[in-house]
Amino acid sequence: MTIEPRMPKLALGPVLYYWPKEKLLDFYEQIAASPVDIVYLGETICAKRRALNTEEWLALAERLSAAGKEVVLSTMALLEAESELKALHRLCENGRFTVEANDMGAVRLLSARGASFVSGTGINVYNDRTLRFLAGLGAKRWVMPVELSAETLAVMQAERPAEVETEVFVYGRLPLAYSARCFTARHHDLPKDDCRFRCLDYPEGLTVSTREGQAFLALNGIQTQSAQTCNLLLELEELRELKVDVLRVSPQAEGTEVVIEAFAACLRGDRDPLEAARTLNAALPYGACDGYWQGQAGLRQVEEV
Amino acid sequence: MPTASTPSKPLELVCPAGNLPSLKTAVDHGADSVYIGFRDDTNARHFPGLNFDAKTAVQGVRYAHAKGRRVFVALNTFPQPSGWERWRRAVDQAADLRVDAVIAADISVLDYAHRRHPDLPLHLSVQGSATNYEAIRFYHEHFGIRRVVLPRVLSLPQVHHVLENSPVDLEVFGFGGLCIMVEGRCLLSSYVTGESPNMCGVCSPAKAVRWEETPRGLETRLGGLLIDRHAPGEPAGYPTLCKGRFTVADQTYYAIEEPTSLNTLALLPELQDMGIAAIKIEGRQRSPAYVTQVTKVWRAAIDACRRNPAAYAPKPEWLRELGKVSEGHQTTLGAYHRTWQ
Repeated sequence: MTIEPRMPKLALGPVLYYWPKEKLLDFYEQIAASPVDIVYLGETICAKRRALNTEEWLALAERLSAAGKEVVLSTMALLEAESELKALHRLCENGRFTVEANDMGAVRLLSARGASFVSGTGINVYNDRTLRFLAGLGAKRWVMPVELSAETLAVMQAERPAEVETEVFVYGRLPLAYSARCFTARHHDLPKDDCRFRCLDYPEGLTVSTREGQAFLALNGIQTQSAQTCNLLLELEELRELKVDVLRVSPQAEGTEVVIEAFAACLRGDRDPLEAARTLNAALPYGACDGYWQGQAGLRQVEEV
Repeated sequence: MPTASTPSKPLELVCPAGNLPSLKTAVDHGADSVYIGFRDDTNARHFPGLNFDAKTAVQGVRYAHAKGRRVFVALNTFPQPSGWERWRRAVDQAADLRVDAVIAADISVLDYAHRRHPDLPLHLSVQGSATNYEAIRFYHEHFGIRRVVLPRVLSLPQVHHVLENSPVDLEVFGFGGLCIMVEGRCLLSSYVTGESPNMCGVCSPAKAVRWEETPRGLETRLGGLLIDRHAPGEPAGYPTLCKGRFTVADQTYYAIEEPTSLNTLALLPELQDMGIAAIKIEGRQRSPAYVTQVTKVWRAAIDACRRNPAAYAPKPEWLRELGKVSEGHQTTLGAYHRTWQ
C-alpha cells in the first residue's frame, strides 16, 4: 500500500519590485481571495523604497491573516546601514508574525529571542548539516537556494530534521545576485543617493540582453534577476515525491493570480500540468527555465513544454 | 621605525598564493600572511593547475613559518551533501598543517572546524556575506571566529561603523579583481554556465569560455552567450559575466560593471587610522609575477603610511606598477567611495 504524499502548500514570496502603494494594495486584495496558503510580506531589496511603512505592512499582514493566510514578514537581503538594522530589529520583535530571515544578522536577532523563523532565499543552506544547525536555532522552514538541483534536494530531504519544512521556489524570475550598486540608477546615470525612485518605472525590472538580442537578466535596483521565468509546474509530481512542503510563487507585475490558480488546480488534480505550463509559458516575455532544478545552467529549459 | 604616535597594531598585508612560487615570492617581498587553497572545489579559486597538494602545502607552510609569516587556508565554498567528506578532510588537513587560520564561509564547515579543532583560528570568508555587525556577531558567538573579511560592497563610513560594533578584527580588500555583487550571494555564473563560486569554487569558468575572431571583431562568449565584442586593437579581457557589454533599453554599455580592478592605495591612512586589522590582495589565480609586483608596492605603501600617515600619498610609480597588472588597466576605489555605488 502506498501513502499519498501530503499536498504541498502554496506560498507567495515577497514582491521584489517597487510598485506604488495603490498597486501593491490592489495586488494583495486579489491575493486575499486567491488559493494561496502563505504570504510573505515586506520590502526585501531596497530600504529607500517606502511604498508602505512598517505600520502599513503590519496592517496588511493583519488583513491577510484575517483572510485566512499564514503571513510571514520578510527581512532585507542586504543590510548595511544602521537604520536598516533598526528596521530589522522592529521586524524581528514584532511579536505576532513569523519572520523570514534573509541575512545572518536576522537569524541572530530571531534566535536570540527564541523565535522560530523561516530561513529565506538569502541564506546559504547548501547541505543538511547547515540545515540542522539552523533548525537548532529555531528555523522551522527553509527555502532551498535556487541554484540547487532536485538531486541535491533529494539528499537534503532524506537527512532533514523532522520538524523542518522545505520550501522550493517554483515560479518567477530567479533572484540571482545583490550588490551595493543600484543598477537601475546606474542605467539612468543617477547616483544611488539620488535615484529619483526610477525603479517605480519598471514593475518587473529592466531587461538585460546580449548584443545579439538575447535577453538573460533583469535589473531590479540592487538586485539582479533572471530574465527567464523559472517554472516548475511540470515537476509537481517530483516535488510531491520529494515531500516538499511549500511551493513558492514569486510575484510578477501581471498575471500572478493566474499562476497561483494554475498551480492550485494542478495540485488538486483538476488541470493537466502540461497544458497549464504551456499556457503560462506562452505569456512569458523571455521564456521559461528549469535548468537549476535539472542540475544544469539555470537559464536552460530542459523539460519539453 | 614606528613612533609613539603610530597605531599599536600595524596593518597586516595578506597576499594571495595560487602555488608555491607565488607563496615564496609573497613572503620574500613582504607579505605578513599568505592565503592558499587546496587542489579541489573546497575553495573559491578551483582553477585547473592552481592550488596546493599535500606536499606543496607542507613546503609552503614550512617556508612561511621559517620566516615568521602566517599561512591561511581558504575553505570557502559551500559543500553539498555528497561532497561533505572532502570539506571535512580539508579542515583536518589544514589543522594538521598547523596553519594560522582557516577562512571559511559555510556554517557546517565553521561548525565542524570549531568543534573538532578548537585551537584552529577561524576567519569568516568574504563568501560568508557578512555586511553588518549583527551577522558578524552571529559567526563570532557560534564559531568563535577571530576575523571577518568584509564583502566589497561597503562604503568607508559603513566599514567604520561595522568596525566600531564588531567583536572581531576586520580584513578588507585592498587590491585586485572587483566583485560587484555581494560575495557568496551571486549566482550569475551558474545561471549561465551551471557552475558558481558557492557550489564549484569558480566564476565564469574557463571551460565555458569561447574566443572568436569574426568580421564584427573579437567576440567573447560564456556558455554560448555573447559577453563582449571588441573592435580591432581594442583590449579584450576575460569574459567575466558581470563585466560584459550588454544592452538595456537600447543602450549598450557595461550594464553591471566595467572591467576594472579595485585599488585602495589612496585610502590607506583612513583604513589604518580606523583600526582595520588587515588588507587583503585578491588574485590567487594570478601569476607569481603579479604577486611579486603587488606585494612589493603594498609593502612599501603600508610601511610609508605607518611611518608618517600625515605625509602619505600613493607614489606615482606605485600606481604605475599596479596599473600594469590591473584588469582593463584601470582601477577604482570601488564601494569604499560612495559615488561608485
